[in-house]
Amino acid sequence: MVVRKATPAGMWSKNQRHWAPVLFLAPGALMFLVYVIAPVAQSVWISFHDWDGLGAMTWIGLGNYVELLGDDAFYTSLENNLIWLILYLLAVPAGLAAALFLNQTVAGIRIYKSLFFFPFVISQVVVGLIFTWFYAPNFGLFSALIHSLTGTEVAILADERFVTYGIIAAGLWPQIAYCMILYLTGLNNINPEQVEAGRMDSAKGWSLFWHIVLPQLRPATFIAVVVTVIGALRSFDLVSVMTAGGPYGSSRVLSYYMYEEALSEYGFRMGYGAAIAVVLFVIMMVFITFFLVRMIRQERNA
Amino acid sequence: MFPTPVQKASPWISWAYQILLPILLVIWLLPLIGVALTSIRPSGDLAAGNYFGMPSGFAGVENYTSVFRDSPIGWYILNSFKITVPTVIGAVGLSCLCGFALAVYRFRGSLFLFFVFVAGNFIPFQILMVPVRDLTLKMGLYDTVTGLVLFHVAFQTGFCTLFMRNFIKGLPFALIEAARVEGVSEWKIFRHIVLPLMRPAIAALSVLIFTFVWNDYFWATVLVQGQAAMPVTAGLNSLNGQWVAAWHLVSAGSIVAAMPPVLMFFFMQRHFIAGLTLGATKG
Repeated sequence: MVVRKATPAGMWSKNQRHWAPVLFLAPGALMFLVYVIAPVAQSVWISFHDWDGLGAMTWIGLGNYVELLGDDAFYTSLENNLIWLILYLLAVPAGLAAALFLNQTVAGIRIYKSLFFFPFVISQVVVGLIFTWFYAPNFGLFSALIHSLTGTEVAILADERFVTYGIIAAGLWPQIAYCMILYLTGLNNINPEQVEAGRMDSAKGWSLFWHIVLPQLRPATFIAVVVTVIGALRSFDLVSVMTAGGPYGSSRVLSYYMYEEALSEYGFRMGYGAAIAVVLFVIMMVFITFFLVRMIRQERNA
Repeated sequence: MFPTPVQKASPWISWAYQILLPILLVIWLLPLIGVALTSIRPSGDLAAGNYFGMPSGFAGVENYTSVFRDSPIGWYILNSFKITVPTVIGAVGLSCLCGFALAVYRFRGSLFLFFVFVAGNFIPFQILMVPVRDLTLKMGLYDTVTGLVLFHVAFQTGFCTLFMRNFIKGLPFALIEAARVEGVSEWKIFRHIVLPLMRPAIAALSVLIFTFVWNDYFWATVLVQGQAAMPVTAGLNSLNGQWVAAWHLVSAGSIVAAMPPVLMFFFMQRHFIAGLTLGATKG
């Protein structure tokens, strides 16, 4: 029992704590490397080329980026992305309001909560179709409402002035539900003693909420902001389903414009598409870094 | 509890609350209720301009039968299952291994690796699009279910690993230490001690990944072209192009496509919410 060390099995059992993590990680890390990490680098590389996806790649340096600077469609997409980002963030306070409203214990409240959450579970394609129908001129419920209020017909999705807002409203529907569920969980976990203590000190309503409840909801707020920002920058499905970027490209966002340039019937400009994707990636990276820094700080404290 | 329970307020407020609740719910779900109603409308209603009134009759059976009979939606649904189920198994399986490695062992670069998984989660799909499509083409997997599954497994592994690692970190480490003292091999520690404790995490992730992958539309348009491998999200969108203004069919198709994740959510609600709200409570 003492002299078992020299056998191969002994070698393994001695070193297994050294090698085990490598073996456990290998399959997942390899897949992630091939399909996620490497493609980021490849996209950056492709963005310096002129490429139709089939033939040889031609190096054009910063050519694609220079072209972007003079591309009106790019600016429209960028502007729409900014509008998306700002308006989409309304989902956070709206979700909080919904959560505060639903954080009660009346009969059947659980079913209400899940039904309020419903829109998030549905595919964005379905959400897009539902809202297209909702906005449809002549017979859509929303159009009918506008008509009865203002007396004029508005075809939201065919009007350059309103189209982006119309799509964002559709996107807000599931996103508010998502933020609501995050806050409901957060509210469930706040410290009741602190709230009671606050009430003792005759803090009421707004000031109780602002000084005692909201600070305790910070983790929920943080996650809600992160997922909402990412959702806003990723908005592709709704634009594709509801308008395909139209009318006249006025509802394009970067993610859709990139797809259009690289893959749709307008041609296979992989290099140019990759350059748009890189811009989107850089914007996203700002937020990812912000998120990671916070996580690293937490890990240090843990 | 915040806000103050309505029961403690005046009976008027309590009553008002209970009346307001269903009203707001109906308004909130109005688009959905509209679609559900439309899906059982006789097509004559739409022609007569009756879009929002009571349906003149029940044509649910007819509409849904016609959706399944006259369109490949049944096939699309089957494809969605063929894509979603293997992805869930693959991603959850791989992330159990990765999460275990990152939570239990201390080695150089472990934190870095963890953050790579986390960051990978948030990058825009578009930056992966061209190379992943190219890779899939080169492997001969373009326009196949396998091609989609491989990508989804890889991508979802990032999120799942984040989840699993944090979950395992929360388990009592003393259990593992004790087993090591007993001379139990690392694999057996994983298989017989940690894995059984991970059941709630596995359930939560499975439900969540099922929904994410079922609802994916972007990759279905990038990696699939024809009907052969098309999942129901992309299929529904192309059917929408064919059923011009046949809103009773579009509605029925939408309901069919939305049903599996909705059922999944209702039956596994607790797990679903546990998965989704990870991180919203602590930290």
